[in-house]
Amino acid sequence: MLRAGRFLFGAATVLFLLAPLIAILPLAFTSSSLLTYPINHLSTRWFEELATAEAWHRSIVNSLIVGAGTTVLATVLGTLAALGLRRRITFGAALRTLFLLPMVVPAVVLGIGLQILLARLALANTYAAVIVAHTVVAVPFVLVSIAASLDGIDPQVERAAASLGAAPARVFLLVTMPLAMPGILSGAALAFATSLDEVVLTLFVAGPNQLTLARQMFSSIRENISPVIVAAAFLFIIGTVLVGGLLIAVRQRSIRTAAMP
Amino acid sequence: MSAAGQRLGQLALVLPLVLFLGVFFVWPLFSVLEQAVSDPVVSRHLPATAAASAAWDRTSAPPAEMQQALVRDLRAIDDDQVLGDLVRRLNSAQPGFRTLMRKTVSAARAGGGPLDLAELDPRWREVPFWRAIADATNPYTDRNLLAAVDLQRDTSGAVTIIPEGESANRAILLRTFLVAATVTLATCLIGLPYAMLVASSAGWRRQLLLAAVLLPLWTSLLVRTTAWYILLQDQGLINSTLSALGLTARPLPLLFNRTGVIIAMTHVLLPFMVLPIYSVLIAIPKNLVPAAASLGAGPIRAFVHVLLPLTLRGIASGALLVFMAALGYYITPALIGGPKDQMISSVIAFYATGSANWGMAGALGIVLLAATLVLYGIYGRLSAANTTRA
Repeated sequence: MLRAGRFLFGAATVLFLLAPLIAILPLAFTSSSLLTYPINHLSTRWFEELATAEAWHRSIVNSLIVGAGTTVLATVLGTLAALGLRRRITFGAALRTLFLLPMVVPAVVLGIGLQILLARLALANTYAAVIVAHTVVAVPFVLVSIAASLDGIDPQVERAAASLGAAPARVFLLVTMPLAMPGILSGAALAFATSLDEVVLTLFVAGPNQLTLARQMFSSIRENISPVIVAAAFLFIIGTVLVGGLLIAVRQRSIRTAAMP
Repeated sequence: MSAAGQRLGQLALVLPLVLFLGVFFVWPLFSVLEQAVSDPVVSRHLPATAAASAAWDRTSAPPAEMQQALVRDLRAIDDDQVLGDLVRRLNSAQPGFRTLMRKTVSAARAGGGPLDLAELDPRWREVPFWRAIADATNPYTDRNLLAAVDLQRDTSGAVTIIPEGESANRAILLRTFLVAATVTLATCLIGLPYAMLVASSAGWRRQLLLAAVLLPLWTSLLVRTTAWYILLQDQGLINSTLSALGLTARPLPLLFNRTGVIIAMTHVLLPFMVLPIYSVLIAIPKNLVPAAASLGAGPIRAFVHVLLPLTLRGIASGALLVFMAALGYYITPALIGGPKDQMISSVIAFYATGSANWGMAGALGIVLLAATLVLYGIYGRLSAANTTRA
């Protein structure tokens, strides 16, 4: 009786968590322009529209540009800061709190502030504005990911390299960097994913020429919802699974190399 | 490397991010605060009047010098946009300024010499009009911040509550709080037993149950909201299944109302409740409940007296995370909710982009920011206590 109850509750919750994501995917392949079941004919017309319609095509290109810019900027800033915070540093705790705060601050508040500031700096409605805004919210994820992998490095390995005559820069490039690489890569992937999914800051800082895929989806849902949105969501989910798979593969590889004597 | 050199090197590594976040994170938040408290229109465009008003006692008729300063200031303004801003600002403090100013400005522009304002319009004999100008000469104001929580200053300067019906902010704050609390409760009611289930299962079952939490967490928030939008429609999967089963005669209204918002937000935030509770649960020694049972406690008693107190920190962490995130939610209520389900973030966005009322947008933003930071501070304390205990 208790076991059956546990099973039912577990199954119902798993269904609640996963079913919504799975249930909409087939709708991306409907030939109808309505988002309803049953699907009578399968078609790829909505993916074609995604690739060819000017607004959607452009938004995908914009997402890639902004995502690439954010990934580079956030990964560089995050890696440097994580290295700096590795050893005890004055105000270390305060700095760590500051670096993580963008995860917590409500996006709308930050969005208004960025809109005011970027207009003052004459950066409003530029790619730079969107990249900077996305980097602010992506950096905490990068930092956490890289700091975790740096924590896992045995300082003795680096000391050994130094004792064998390697200069600090050489130790960093040949020892620290390769060991921290899994963390840097997953940080970069998280930064890209954060940028791809960002809507609220984009609403405030992007001009009509910088609309990203997420922003385009957001306004299409509000104005006229059509299966092309599900096609876009399909791409998002496939992207998530790919990035997630990549991260797991990188982590497993690093565990395997770490386990090697 | 010397210790000092190393410290310098560390600083050089941290500095780029400090500068970046200083400019693009801290400064914007201060700009929001500045928008909320700054009120520069009158002090900037009526400088002589502002200077003269300092000598006025604010109760008797204003000195002739202040009156003529106003005339001179008005003559100096040649930009109609500035004049519009000025009139709007004064009219919001004291209705009647719109017509009064139009009349005064055209009279001031017509002649060059001193102008008898009281003769021009009897309203210039009334102290409240002059007091409105004098009040507005301070470039900083707490008007917006007070209005954000439905307070105002009366003519004597005391803080009073804005009467019911004149402002909707209190209702919106209450609604935001209510939605966030409901979502927190719902995630707790599902999340606690689910986390216990995950912690008590093993092998592939545990992996599956964990994956069910992590997969939605990794999936785009926008995609999850889109999924609920499609499912909750009148012809969506939920309603069509219910009617196919013969359970409902007509579609249940699920989209553009509170029910839909709560369902979607519960789904989106559930992982933030499950994961903290789970991480506390797996640290609890497995033999505690059997020990309680061996001492004669039934399963319910063992849960209430042994497991629940130990889990409380996890529940508190999860609840704080969920509540904090829910307070600032924008996308989900904007897409799934109706006009009566919009939370504080939507109202802030409306003030900023819809009506260009940056003062009110900034003030409500500061209220939301303050609430979030307080909750984050409590959360930080709680998780710090957790690590020191562990």
